Parts: sequence; structure tokens; C-alpha cells
Amino acid sequence: MTAGWSWYVIILTLGAILACVLLLVWARTTRAGEPGPNETLGGDFDGIDELNTPLPRWWLGLFVGSIVFALGYLVLYPGLGRFPGLLGWTSSGQHARAVEEAQRTYGPIYARYAAMPIDELASDPAAVAIGQRLFANNCSTCHGSDARGGVGYPNLADGIWKWGGTPDHIEKSILDGRDGLMPPFAAAVGEENIPAVVAYVQSLSGRQVAPALAAAGEAKFKTVCVACHGMDGKGNIALGAPDLTDDDWLYGGSAEAIGEGLRKGRHGIMPAHRDLLGVERAHLIAAYVYSLSKQDGAQTAQQVSSATPAR
Amino acid sequence: MTPARTTAHAHAPQRTAAHPRTAHANASHPEEIQLYAKREAIYQKEVQGPFQRLRAVTLFVLAGVFLVTPWLTWGGRQAVWFDVPARKFHLFGLTFWPQDFIFLSWLLIIAAFSLFFFTALAGRLWCGYGCPQTIWTKCFMWIEWLTEGDRNQRMRLDRGPWTRQKLRRKAAKHAGWLALACVVGTTFVGYFLPIRELLPRIAGLQLDAGEWVFLAIASLALYADAGWMREQICTYACPYARFQGAMFDQSTLTIFYDGGRGEPRGHRAKSFDHRAKGLGDCIDCGLCLHVCPTGIDIRDGTQYECIGCAACIDVCDQVMTDMGYAKGLVRYATEDGLAGRGTHILRPRLVGYAAVLTVMITLFTIALWRRVPLAVDVLRDRARLYRETRDGAIENVYTLKIMNKDQRAHAFSIAVEPADAFVLDGPQAVQVAAGAIADVPVRVRRMPAPDQAPTVPVAFSVQSTDAPALAVREESRFLAPRRPAA
Repeated sequence: MTAGWSWYVIILTLGAILACVLLLVWARTTRAGEPGPNETLGGDFDGIDELNTPLPRWWLGLFVGSIVFALGYLVLYPGLGRFPGLLGWTSSGQHARAVEEAQRTYGPIYARYAAMPIDELASDPAAVAIGQRLFANNCSTCHGSDARGGVGYPNLADGIWKWGGTPDHIEKSILDGRDGLMPPFAAAVGEENIPAVVAYVQSLSGRQVAPALAAAGEAKFKTVCVACHGMDGKGNIALGAPDLTDDDWLYGGSAEAIGEGLRKGRHGIMPAHRDLLGVERAHLIAAYVYSLSKQDGAQTAQQVSSATPAR
Repeated sequence: MTPARTTAHAHAPQRTAAHPRTAHANASHPEEIQLYAKREAIYQKEVQGPFQRLRAVTLFVLAGVFLVTPWLTWGGRQAVWFDVPARKFHLFGLTFWPQDFIFLSWLLIIAAFSLFFFTALAGRLWCGYGCPQTIWTKCFMWIEWLTEGDRNQRMRLDRGPWTRQKLRRKAAKHAGWLALACVVGTTFVGYFLPIRELLPRIAGLQLDAGEWVFLAIASLALYADAGWMREQICTYACPYARFQGAMFDQSTLTIFYDGGRGEPRGHRAKSFDHRAKGLGDCIDCGLCLHVCPTGIDIRDGTQYECIGCAACIDVCDQVMTDMGYAKGLVRYATEDGLAGRGTHILRPRLVGYAAVLTVMITLFTIALWRRVPLAVDVLRDRARLYRETRDGAIENVYTLKIMNKDQRAHAFSIAVEPADAFVLDGPQAVQVAAGAIADVPVRVRRMPAPDQAPTVPVAFSVQSTDAPALAVREESRFLAPRRPAA
């Protein structure tokens, strides 16, 4: 706020309060020619008179009290332009205190769960319920409320893992994020070879393709793609290279979708949540996600809802 | 700055001249015209009589119900408990959630119409017999009477110098007021914080700052109101006092002074034949002024300050009996009746109010009876409009929020409609604790059809498997690609 605006606010605020004071002083007595107390103000409203009734003095006290309160408030709290107030109150400071207080309340709960291993938490209904709510608030936008993802966002409930499905792998994915990069291979493979390589890749998952075309693609696959996806096409969780033999396709399993990925590459980023959520919350989300792949989804949801507390 | 003083009577302006309070104020400050009026103290004289006995009955019943209700229990918890932090409002076997706000609106409409009805019938019955303001003021006046004595003693005490005895009496009065205010204030807070836990926590000084403030405001507000403010609230702050005049008409039973019979007023001996000397029945004893809690003279006609307490009726009837005159110089009467015209109590306005009131109460009762303590919100996943499964089906994801508003746990089954078009993938049965909300993600699938619109209605029906009456159907939309995938 510039000094000009600051003074504008100060003058307007104090001027309004001063105007209220002057109004109260001005209205104290009647003037010559005006009706006195309890005299009619004139006019006939269907046989009803309006009288110049004096304001009770205690009511005047309410006005005075409001003015005193306003001045006291302006001295203690920010309100007069850039003057911060004697108490030094700020909304960000209040937020920080609220966070601190919440930390005092909920910190012990999270600390207790943080000390437990994830596979143990995954069978604790109360922990899973907290994890589900954290997931709904932080993860479901991309992965869906049911954690079954969609095009470009992995399904977390099907037991298929690009980066590994152990509790430690899942927790690391949440905390530090993942950067899944399939480079563009249009130049390295050659446009004329792409249909053959795509056919070979589809054949790895048992899809119906022309055998000759697939066979033609195998050589190219084994020189270019195996570096990441492996000789058998089963991928590599250290690189996030997907298993191509399980007929699970992050970007779609059609020839067009696979061909596009091969030509132009794919780039999927799971952002790091260490600073966004903190280690303890990520731990509980990891437990929830782990429980999804471990158990039948319906069963989990049933346990979760019965454990939801009243508030 | 100058609130309007309205009165339905043309002769009302003249009453200021005869009004003892105003006359006194003008006499002491003849030169200064003040528009901030100093409050005139009112010393109400104690009065007995049939109407005061009726008021005592309503006082004991209403104050008793208020004080006892928080102590009732129902199913292991406080029977009437407004749990604001949890947004749950327990009334015996019913628990209302914020979604049930419509019932409160209905209740307020019913309250408003009963106020209209009873005001049109007999004026300010509410003020005189039912209002908490009147009831607690009455209790505080009783404490005042116990500690400071009757009207004359109180006036003497206030005029006199500060002696040790005056100090003792005043201290006793305020101690009594504060004690009663604390009892009532704590009871009030007990409707919001369970009273059986509240009292030990107060005794152990275990409340948090907000709860102490709540308790202090509830108690001190009553102390200030029933001890100090009294008729000032009725006269200047209460909106009902301001608009009730609009619901009166010539057939409304109101407390009237029968001027035709009473005037000309004048002192006289009991043996005196006042009729022969041209005097009316009013002996101008001033008792009706002394018993009035708002400090008005009922003989000046209907005034908006009158709260309909009927103290002047009771006291005047005593005087009339003592004098050997007929009772009822001040009585419940209608304007038409006093003017000698016929009074029609059953008039269209009253019948109309009664009809609306009956309809509202009936509908409210039926709605309450048919209320299903189950609510379901359907939240469609919005980040992804739809999903294609491996076998080509179109899938939408929904989160069902199943709110079990009942006081028992229930198991719920979920079904999707129309059942021949959609397949539901999600939990078939969900157990939800009493008063809990379950978040249940479900998937709905259908095979793409060439003629399918991109968005079609879908409905979820949630029904309790152990109480079939607990059933709710909620609609949503199912989205699919405009052209089905090849």
C-alpha cells in the first residue's frame, strides 16, 4: 500500500467515526421551530401520529460504546492504512498459529502411524480411513476417486506397478515423485518400421496381430527398445519402463496409441509430495494405496466406511 | 435518532401531559430540551390476583421445562442437545442435520403464524404469559422484593444515603440476581455442551476460553436484561412490540380501561354516593400505575409499551371489590365492545390465521413423520469425464456420500438405475455407523451404443438392508464420448 492510499484509508476511516460523533452531538437537542420531545412530527398516517420520541440515554451509550470500540480496535489491530496495530496481528500469523495448534492435536496421531510399517497400517481400518481421505483430497484429481486412474495416470488398484509395488517403492513415488520418460523414436526406428514394431509390441501382450509384421518388428525392438523394456519386454521398475507383456496400457493399447508413443515419446510426471504433504501423511496415503492393490477394492471400501468417525 | 412512537388512538398524544414520568422530567429540566432521555426508574408494586396466579403457573411450567430439559437422557445421550461443532441437533429420537434446515424454517413459520393468531385474538398474550424476558424479569423482581422489600421500601432505599444496611441489601440483591443468572445461563449453555459433562468441567475450571466466554455472555446477558434493562428491552429493542399494533383490530381482546364507566375519576369515601356527585367509578388511587411493569397509565388507552401482564386488572378488581363496585373497570375487552358495538371474535382475519396455522402444523407433522434419516450426495469425478475400459466399455466414477442420519448403525445396499443399461462396480453393501458419513467410490459402466447421447441420466438408489424404509434415490449424469470409440 502506497503512502497515498494509506492516508486515504486513514482519513476516510477516522472521518467516518468523527462524523458519527458529530451526528450524536448535533441530535442532542431540538432546534427552534422543531417539535419538542414527545410532540407530534406532523402528518397524519391513518389516524396514527409520529412523535418526536427522545432516544433513551442508554441507547446513546451503545453508540458511544461502538465508537470507543472502533477506536480501540484501530489502535490494536491493522485497519488504519499501513499502521499495523499495537498487537501486531496478521492473518498469516493467525494461520501459522492454527497450523501449530492442529499439529499439536493431530501430530501424535500421525506420529503413532508414522512409526508403524506400511503393510501393518494397510490392515488397520482407522489408518486406511485417514489415508483414503488424504487420497481423496490430494490424489484423486489425477488418479480418480476410485484410484483407478485413466489415460496417462496409472491405475493404483490393479497390482500393476511401473515403479514397483512394494511399500517402500510406493512411498518413494509419493514423497519424491517419478519422472516417466519415453523418448521419441521416430528418427531412430524410422517411420517405415514403426507399424512392425507396434505389431511386435502388441503381440507381446497376446494381442491378435499379423505374424509376419510382428516378426519384422522384433529385430528393431531388440536393438532399440530392450535397453529400457528388457529383452523379454517385461520393463524395468528402476527406470519406470512399463511391462509390455501384461496388456495394461497407460496411454491406450491401440496401434495408433502405441505408434504415437513410439514416434513422439511420452512424458508422465508424478510430482514430489514430500514438501506438499509431509512424510507422515504420505506414509498413510502409501498405506491406503498399498491396501488397494492388496485387497479386493469393494472389501476395503466397506471397511473404510464403517470406520469413518462421526465427524 | 428519534424512533417513532405509534399508537392506534387519536387521543394518545395528550397522554404525555398527564403522564407522571414525563411530567416529572419536564418539570425538573424546564429550560433544556433533551432528546436523549434519562430513564425513569420504575418501582413495581407487588400484586395478587387471578391473572397473576395464571402468570405464575405459566412461569413455573415454562421455566421448569427450560431448566429440566437438558437433564433428560435418550438412548445414552442428552435428549435435547444442539451439537453445533458436529452440526447435529438431537431432539429425543430425532437427529437433525444442517440439510434438515427446512424443518426449522417451517417451525419458525408456524411460530410466526401462531403469534399472528394469538395477537389478533387477545393481544400480547406472548409478552404477558410466555416470553422468557417477562418470565426471568418476574423472577428477578421477586429476588428484588425479597432483598429490598416492597415498592415503598425500595423507593426509600434508593432515595436514602448509602448506609451499611443499604449496601447489604443491594449486595444481597445483586448476588441473588447473579446466582440465578448463572443457573439459567449455565442451563442455556447446557443445551449446546452436554450439561452432565459441563458442570464437572466448570467445577474443575476445565473449560476453554471460548466456552468461558459463552458461559459468561449467557449469564451476564440475563443479569443485565432481567435485572437492569427490563421494560427498556420491551419498549425499545423488541421488534414484536413495534409491529404487533398492525395485527390488532377493533375485535381484539386487549386490556382496556373502561373510560365511559370510570370517568370522571376522583377520590371519594367509600360511603360517598359518587354517581350523585357526577363521578365515575375510578377512584384515582393510582394503583394501576404502581403495579405496571412498564410504567404506563392504562387509563391513557392502548399503548405499545403495554405487555399485557394484566397486573392493572388484578389490582383494580381488588379496589373495585373493596369499594363495593362491580369488577372490570380495567378488563380484557375489545374496542368494539367498549364502544357499544357488537364484537365478532370469529372474524375472517382470525379464521384465516387459524386455517393457515392448521395447514402448516399438519404439513409439518406429516413431513416430520415421513422424514427419512438418510441422505446421499452423488459427486461425479470431474477431472476425468469418462474412462474407456479394455473391453471398450465407457466408465464413469462417482463418490457416493452416504449420510446415516439415524441414531442406529445401518447396512446399505447400492443399486444403479436403470439396471438394464448400467453395470455398477463397487461395494454391494456398506456399513455406516450412526450419524456417520461414508465416502464410497463406485464405478458405473455401459457399453457404447451408436445412438447414445453424450450425457444420459443415471440414478443411484441406496437402501438399508435392515430397515427398508430407509431408502433414497439420487440422480446424476453419465458422460460418454460424443462418438463411440470404434
